[in-house]
Amino acid sequence: GKNEYDLLVIGGGSGGLACAKEAAQFGRKVAVLDYVEPSPQGTTWGLGGTCVNVGCIPKKLMHQAALLGSALKDAQHYGWNISQPVRHTWSVMAQAVQNYVKSLNWGHRVQLQDKKVKYFNMKGSFSDPHTVRGLTKAGKETTVTADNIVIATGGRPKYPTHIAGALEYGITSDDLFWLKESPGKTLTPFVFNVSLECAGFLTGIGLDTTVMMRSIPLRGIKKFVFTTQQQMASLVTEHMESYGTKFLKRCFPTKVEKLKSNRLQVTWKNADLDTEETNSFDTVMWAVGRAPDTKTLNLEAVGVKTNSETGKIIVDASEATSVPHIYAIGDITEGRPELTPTAIAAGKLLAQRLFGQSSELMDYDNVPTTVFTPLEYGCVGLSEEAAVQCHGSDNIEVYHAYYKPLEFTVAERDATQCYMKMVCLREREQRILGLHFIGPNAGEVIQGFALGIKCGATYPQLMKTVGIHPTCAEEVAKLHITKRSGLDATVTGC
Amino acid sequence: EAAAETSQPVVSVREEHIGGHEETLKTHKEDNPEKPMEMNGLTPVPDSYDYDLIVIGGGSGGLAAAKEAAKYEKKVMVLDFVTPTPQGNSWGLGGTCVNVGCIPKKLMHQAALLGQALEDSRKFGWQFTEEVKHNWMTMTESVQNYIGSLNWGYRVALRDKKVTYENAYGEFVGPHTIKATNKKGVEKLYTAERFLIATGERPRYLGIPGDKEYCISSDDLFSLPYCPGKTLVVGASYVALECAGFLAGLGLDVTVMVRSILLRGFDQDMANKIGEYMKEHGVNFIREFVPIKIEQVEEGAPGRLKVTAKSTTGNQIIEEEYNTVLLAIGRDPCTRKIGLDKVGVNINEKTGKIPVNDEEQTNVPYIYAVGDILQDKLELTPVAIQAGRLLVRRLYAGATTKCDYVNVPTTVFTPLEYGACGYSEETAVEKFGEENIEVYHNHFWPLEWTVPSRDNNKCYAKIICNIQDNERVIGFHVLGPNAGEVTQGFAAAIKCGMTKEQLDSTVGIHPVCAEV
Repeated sequence: GKNEYDLLVIGGGSGGLACAKEAAQFGRKVAVLDYVEPSPQGTTWGLGGTCVNVGCIPKKLMHQAALLGSALKDAQHYGWNISQPVRHTWSVMAQAVQNYVKSLNWGHRVQLQDKKVKYFNMKGSFSDPHTVRGLTKAGKETTVTADNIVIATGGRPKYPTHIAGALEYGITSDDLFWLKESPGKTLTPFVFNVSLECAGFLTGIGLDTTVMMRSIPLRGIKKFVFTTQQQMASLVTEHMESYGTKFLKRCFPTKVEKLKSNRLQVTWKNADLDTEETNSFDTVMWAVGRAPDTKTLNLEAVGVKTNSETGKIIVDASEATSVPHIYAIGDITEGRPELTPTAIAAGKLLAQRLFGQSSELMDYDNVPTTVFTPLEYGCVGLSEEAAVQCHGSDNIEVYHAYYKPLEFTVAERDATQCYMKMVCLREREQRILGLHFIGPNAGEVIQGFALGIKCGATYPQLMKTVGIHPTCAEEVAKLHITKRSGLDATVTGC
Repeated sequence: EAAAETSQPVVSVREEHIGGHEETLKTHKEDNPEKPMEMNGLTPVPDSYDYDLIVIGGGSGGLAAAKEAAKYEKKVMVLDFVTPTPQGNSWGLGGTCVNVGCIPKKLMHQAALLGQALEDSRKFGWQFTEEVKHNWMTMTESVQNYIGSLNWGYRVALRDKKVTYENAYGEFVGPHTIKATNKKGVEKLYTAERFLIATGERPRYLGIPGDKEYCISSDDLFSLPYCPGKTLVVGASYVALECAGFLAGLGLDVTVMVRSILLRGFDQDMANKIGEYMKEHGVNFIREFVPIKIEQVEEGAPGRLKVTAKSTTGNQIIEEEYNTVLLAIGRDPCTRKIGLDKVGVNINEKTGKIPVNDEEQTNVPYIYAVGDILQDKLELTPVAIQAGRLLVRRLYAGATTKCDYVNVPTTVFTPLEYGACGYSEETAVEKFGEENIEVYHNHFWPLEWTVPSRDNNKCYAKIICNIQDNERVIGFHVLGPNAGEVTQGFAAAIKCGMTKEQLDSTVGIHPVCAEV
């Protein structure tokens, strides 16, 4: 018989919703399945996916709360009389953030309704290539059939289950943003940008925070984003250390136990000293990476191929899986950046190709991104290491500068780690391969330059661009000291 | 010739015959080495001048050029002098930007933004006393200290680069010759092969009773030794709006008196949005009035002033009292009293600006000019710096690159910041025709404003595309926080000829304002 829907999207997150809404624009019959399996601690949330509920949005808002703490300190230098003590109350912030997130959940539901997209709060699994079985929380079953199916179920935080007590007593980012009470003294073992961002804002709001790292920061997982960007990662963590975050380097936890006081006792191995140490914390937040949410999809029943190592769904350049009419977008796909904007763009383009006569494929090159640590790090294009690997160190030129944001001067803030570098090809045209910026508002700075790089910007073109004064971004347009020269890269603004 | 001489020794300078003994001595006594060479029909050789280059004006353009020239081992002198304001104010080396422009402006703007941040922070869980007051003196002292460090830094930089600096007022007195008069009135003459005029501008006064006696300008505001109190800002330039903006942000009662439109020359759509935002945030506007008289009611720091103003559209007269009146009605170039007539440099008699060719050369071949004094060029620090540097490279390093004045980005640091690059909507329509341009626009709500429930639907971005040229982006405008940081990269992209398609295919960074 005929399928009920033209398009069924499994997963109501950034990619899924964008795809569904775009398809509906073409007058198609679209349905979205979204379901949140509660975290081991029992946390759950509404429509919108990771970004809206337990990712970008609450993260940036809490990052903002921390930045405002710094602003309070700065303000006194600028003449504002604020009597001490200044305190931060977690519950006020958390409630404000959670209320905003809930308004977004609501907004998404309204949007789907407006666009006549059918929404099922159900957990989906495949019965056959065109049929998905949906299960509600209460156990009620519904069958949905569709011509095309898009899998956009995203990922969930992993637990280091080999560590005793990790699952029972630890939380993840899934829980952090929904805590009603302050997490208190927190330990975040293992280092990925998620843990650095969280540790950063927790420190900023005045909590005793420790990051435990086994080896080097920002390694590996975000293949397209931070691969071995060592120099930048070190600057970011250096800043965090001076900002007040504690770092336990070359350590890894071995067990977590609950004390009578309800605090958590963590035992870890110090690889350098070859000793075992313990300390107690109120909260242990794991950030050991995210696993694709494919377990309950029943992919085997339809033959959708996944990467044996990562578990992610293998797709081609058009987001197609190994099964005709089944597609996948977002964090769940192998080899793609785990970023909201790419999922959204990919979802929209997919809908346009399926229903709108378009043939445009998603361009995953030169996707800009930002890590929202206390001192933000934005980048686009190749890291220095990747450029060297790709072209050879003789064929690339790296321009760099240590700068001081004007606003830091009166505030007497340390700008030691405010740094930027641009990686260019050395050959005549001097095309820009990558741009890296550490400083305030890194995302705002990088965005426009990402456009330039998309247009094939070259170093001479950048030098022809006049700066806006006084900003931090203008220093990008003034980069002229090369690493090769060995000269001191400190630049003064005016 | 040499053989025909009757007295010994026979002197030649650079293979050119000067003459015998008597003539040589005579030449030497007259202390005019050029004369004998002129006698023989030669033009004076360069190293008879004191300097290769004398820069008049130690501001953004002048200093950049001077430092660049020193790199090529040229003998350079910088003359910088600040004529005190009517209120008696003066400042150190560095020009307008450093002392009474961009730098103190941005710092005070930041102080105002921090005031807003304080309010926001309560919604993000920060707790502190309800009453938060701003102390003008604390802020001004910090700002002035920082400026002092910059003044010092410039002097050191010039010294390090072996550029001679004199704190003296420079005026031309004859070809290749300048007179430098210091604070004490001591005069010295200097000659140079080339000159660079970079004297910049100073605020204009109204020419009404009481203006010079009682009003202040931006030249005075940033070092004012007392809180300005209830302030009237006269003018609608970006200077007026930026100052009014931060004064209001610091908690002062501010009124802006506008003769006609806001931000003349800028995209009017954006200008009106800025004005609306300021109005909603406590700045009063009196439109279509001009002051005709300023009287002092009470002396003090600040005192009380009575302002009488007349409507531009009728006969209505209004009166109001303020503690401070800040004039920001425009700036005039410092070109009238530097002896330009003595060397024949043409200026626009009406505006005082100096017309130059595309190599910053005036009508006198050895005299150049950069910065705010140039006719038909943008009055921006980075433009002056760029022009100064490139000029020097062309003069001394064989470079050919000229300053690119097209698509120069800029930002107005009003409470809601406005960044722009390229055409305004009006100019684009005028140049290309309404049917040939497409304007894409969007309101947006910065994520950071959601929690404190601030101003939904005020931030705005628009791009103007040329339909006939592949939808090339010819204008970019954004109204929102950190507009400068956002705009800079887009300016680079516009320089690369970005099209709408390329813009669309660039993925956004999430969640930031710039992704809009």
